[in-house]
Amino acid sequence: MRKVAVVGVGETKFSAAQEKTSVELFAEAAMEAITGSNLKPENVQALFLGNVLGDFSEGQGMVQAFAAENIGCRNIPANRYEGACASASMAVRDAFMWVASGFYDIVLAGGVERAAIMGTALATRTFAMFSDSRYEFPSGITFPALFAMLAHLYAARYGIPIDKLKEQMATVSVQSYHYGLFNPKAHLRKEVDVEAVLKSFMVSTPLQLHDCCPFSDGAAALILASEGAAKKLTNRPVYITGVGQSSSGPLANQQDYLPRLRAREISSQQAYDMAGVKPKDIDVCELHDCFSIASLIAAEGLGFFEYGKAGEAWMKGEAAIGGKVAINPSGGLKSKGHPIGATGAGQVYEITKQLRGEVEPERQVDGARIGLADTLGGDGGTLVNIILQRGW
Amino acid sequence: MEYKLAFKDYNEALKRNKLLGLKCQECGVITVPPKMACRKCASLDMAVVELTGKGKIQTFTTCNVTSEGREDELPYVILLVELEESAWIMGNLTGTDPTTASMELIGQKVRMVEGKVFSGDRYSAGEGTSPVFRLEA
Repeated sequence: MRKVAVVGVGETKFSAAQEKTSVELFAEAAMEAITGSNLKPENVQALFLGNVLGDFSEGQGMVQAFAAENIGCRNIPANRYEGACASASMAVRDAFMWVASGFYDIVLAGGVERAAIMGTALATRTFAMFSDSRYEFPSGITFPALFAMLAHLYAARYGIPIDKLKEQMATVSVQSYHYGLFNPKAHLRKEVDVEAVLKSFMVSTPLQLHDCCPFSDGAAALILASEGAAKKLTNRPVYITGVGQSSSGPLANQQDYLPRLRAREISSQQAYDMAGVKPKDIDVCELHDCFSIASLIAAEGLGFFEYGKAGEAWMKGEAAIGGKVAINPSGGLKSKGHPIGATGAGQVYEITKQLRGEVEPERQVDGARIGLADTLGGDGGTLVNIILQRGW
Repeated sequence: MEYKLAFKDYNEALKRNKLLGLKCQECGVITVPPKMACRKCASLDMAVVELTGKGKIQTFTTCNVTSEGREDELPYVILLVELEESAWIMGNLTGTDPTTASMELIGQKVRMVEGKVFSGDRYSAGEGTSPVFRLEA
């Protein structure tokens, strides 16, 4: 396999409902990535695009073909990826493999979503489509409800009083809001304290509004290139050195591992092994904090903290910049936002910017050399991990 | 290769308050809801069995927000129950006020009392049924 680099990245602001179409949003992110790579649209050989709910949000299927044509990448193969919230990371991983294999030299990968435009009721319905529709949706399962059940199970399994766990979870949200305050592309930019989290609306016990990420609109895009092509385009290539992907069945059938998500443990181990690094080597991590409890489960599954101990780690600052590993300096899904089909590409955008030292000083992880992206689809049905390293 | 216990047959039984599963003829593990392959050993040699519907609550949540079209059901409790036969299943809780549901539920014994029909919406290709549990006296 050949080495593959991220040479350019682009991202729109993640936001509440807005009026740009999916094609327009992706076009803006894509052109930023293309021009930032010193390329023109005709240099792009294929498009790999995450998009989950375009069919529901604006009645648009097959958005990838229209997006490719719109930005001047005429007649190239264009693939759409759907793995719920991990869709864009699936797209990036596949794009990586096509370049690594030697089939393409320069490709565009990314994602776009208009989750906010649907409104809470339809968004909640469509997000519930990532649970088992025939056997679990009849019980009224929602996306917050399944993580709420994982939170109660986590408290019971690890013997943590629920009030203590809630304080730990609130600390996760507070940290994410704080970093997001300094990210101009973040959806929710405000300082929120533990008291405000614990006073917010109870969505699904024990998860309150500030434990939950927002529904966002937004897009992100990356240019991936072979090592040879990358060296001609940039003197600061960020190499993708490890990738992993795994799947699981319906939530109840993950019974042997819950509240751990087995797919993450398999996926991240693949990525670590491929890159030849260990959790302790990761300087900066963007992980899938769709809910505060999801951050704790993710940080443990990725090997940063012992099982049942991640909440304490957050409380001690070990998940902050300057701690053991800097987690979600972008503000994460909580603050930066969650346009689900774009989220994974947004994580890779952030890691690339971090490794290049190009983010706002208040949230820059100084000297970061190795980063990890972690994207979860549904209730663990799809899990993707991507490790990136500085190439200079 | 024919599917041994299809959704339609599982659902019809659950509507009649009968919980069906599949027992692996090689490893003995119960798979529920039904699948083509055993959830443990992937054997295709499974037989349809009726489950007791008795089990223990592993976790729960009280939902205050739900999907478009299901708002009238709020608030309600969702459970993950470990059945006597060792398989976990998602369902609902009846006979307990959802607003008082607390961590004390975890570990409590429950029994399935009925299959509650969700009549379906425009996306669901028809109805589905949720097993509804009640705390054992």
